[in-house]
Amino acid sequence: MTYLTKLSAAALSELLVSKQVSAVEATRAHLDHITAVDTDLHAFLHVAGDAALATAAEIDARRAAGEPLNALAGVPIAIKDVLATRDMPTTAGSKILEGWVPPYDATVVARLRAAGLVPLGKTNMDEFAMGSSTEHSAYGITRNPWDRDRIPGGSGGGSAAAVASFQAPLALGSDTGGSIRQPAAVTGSVGVKPTYGGVSRYGAIALASSLDQVGPVSRTVYDAALLHDVIGGHDPLDSTSLTESWPSMAAAARDGLKDGALKGVRVGVIKELSGDGFQAGVTQRFTETLAMLVAAGAEITEVSAPNFEYAVAAYYLILPAEASSNLARFDSVRFGIRVNPDSGSLTSEHVMSATREAGFGPEVKRRIILGTYALSAGYYDAYYGSAQKVRTLIQRDFAAAFSQVDVLVSPSAPTTAFKFGEKLADPMAMYINDVTTIPANLAGVPGMSIPMGLAPEDGLPVGLQIMAPAKADARLYTVGAAIEQLLEARWGHTMLSQAPALTPTEMFASEEGAV
Amino acid sequence: MSEITAEQVAHLAYLARIDLSPLEITSLTHDLGQIVDSIAKVSEVATADTPATSHPMPLTNVFREDVVVPSLTVEQALSGAPDRAGDKFRVPAILDEE
Repeated sequence: MTYLTKLSAAALSELLVSKQVSAVEATRAHLDHITAVDTDLHAFLHVAGDAALATAAEIDARRAAGEPLNALAGVPIAIKDVLATRDMPTTAGSKILEGWVPPYDATVVARLRAAGLVPLGKTNMDEFAMGSSTEHSAYGITRNPWDRDRIPGGSGGGSAAAVASFQAPLALGSDTGGSIRQPAAVTGSVGVKPTYGGVSRYGAIALASSLDQVGPVSRTVYDAALLHDVIGGHDPLDSTSLTESWPSMAAAARDGLKDGALKGVRVGVIKELSGDGFQAGVTQRFTETLAMLVAAGAEITEVSAPNFEYAVAAYYLILPAEASSNLARFDSVRFGIRVNPDSGSLTSEHVMSATREAGFGPEVKRRIILGTYALSAGYYDAYYGSAQKVRTLIQRDFAAAFSQVDVLVSPSAPTTAFKFGEKLADPMAMYINDVTTIPANLAGVPGMSIPMGLAPEDGLPVGLQIMAPAKADARLYTVGAAIEQLLEARWGHTMLSQAPALTPTEMFASEEGAV
Repeated sequence: MSEITAEQVAHLAYLARIDLSPLEITSLTHDLGQIVDSIAKVSEVATADTPATSHPMPLTNVFREDVVVPSLTVEQALSGAPDRAGDKFRVPAILDEE
């Protein structure tokens, strides 16, 4: 049944609907594959196991009874550990929440369950989504399926590695400054950050509330669209949730497969997101992709976004400021661990300080201290106030660009996957890596990353980022599906079919005599 | 070069309620100085006539009807607490005796 793990969610759905395959079979195939490869890759922090099989059996029973079900019913899915799940531990990659099982589901999780998707487990991430490599997880690294010595991106390295290594056809991620798109880029998978407010954030453990957005992770644009349709739409439990009705993203993706879908589409290339600092192979694949778009009838225009240069700086003021406030809730009273100080009196304040010292990792401490600094009297105007003004300027850059073009494109990340440890010692080197993805979060516009080839120098995946105006998420799916189709036609295969085969862990173990 | 001192970091850590070891204070002082130098450039373009934006999608006054909706039970609300006393969260002393 291993072939079941190779299928897209859409293809698996067809087999499920026509009852050629049961949800139990599909779920078991994925759980078996997780057992085989994930001891090594470590995409999952928790695997649902029997609970997933029980959910799948329930779907099979409902389908057998003739109940009308969502197209994705019975399809397994992995869930980033930042999302609250009432039957699985939810830690956000932090020791401070070790073992916490929330008493409620995030809205997106509740919607998955209502649609009959089968949660396989929770995926690894940088602690509280602070990072671009998943090296800041308190529970250990996740390996990139393309090269075990390299990062899977971050913060959603677990979700991206899970879909890229065929442990799940779909996953949920969250994107505050690129945490869905950059992992997609470096693992050769697809990731979408919807319009801010397009998908509920209720039950997503908050990092920076004005930037966070939940979105789909998959291997194909169409699968992401199917998942977007399940999780999207207004949620009264999230006061920032947009109230409009949304078109079908799946229909938009199907539109992209029609002949001439790119004809006359105005594509803007952001001048500031190219050149210096971009790896040669990334630039090469990007240039080739643009040529392919021209050949398909798209009109390419260079647009300038002069304030994007300040986006990373503004982001690393706004994010820590909001995070320092959001993470104040970890006070050792309502959830999470409690640690008593070694000395001094046992007051709430001392216990809180000792708990946070023991429970937070170095990057979380760094950002909380930075945010506290940015918000403190005397610095507020110069730092946080200025950053909010830059945010206005970046939104104006987007508005000017979208007055000329339909979509904007850039490489999703400046480089391919880097090696473990390469950027750990220098926080700014890690931060600057998000230069391509951060502007979309600051402006709230939707962004998508799809694979656009392998860099010739290292054979690692390169991602193309596509951005659209706020609320025009459907346009991303049309253009993304069209480009994906053209690229796959040129390659003669999908990107992930080229990923190296993973050696099952049992084989390692038996060779070493451990089994 | 910004002038972040170890004393400042220790004070920020106190404000943020995180005990830090002397080693952590030293390394954070270094990191913070470097980061602040890199991000201070926001003030280059943030002119007085530029309005600040706090939120990507302008929304005002999101209200709902004031009606009771299903919520957590006491048991559920207490289920994740590190300590409890009956139906309440048990917390360490609020006031220091010293």
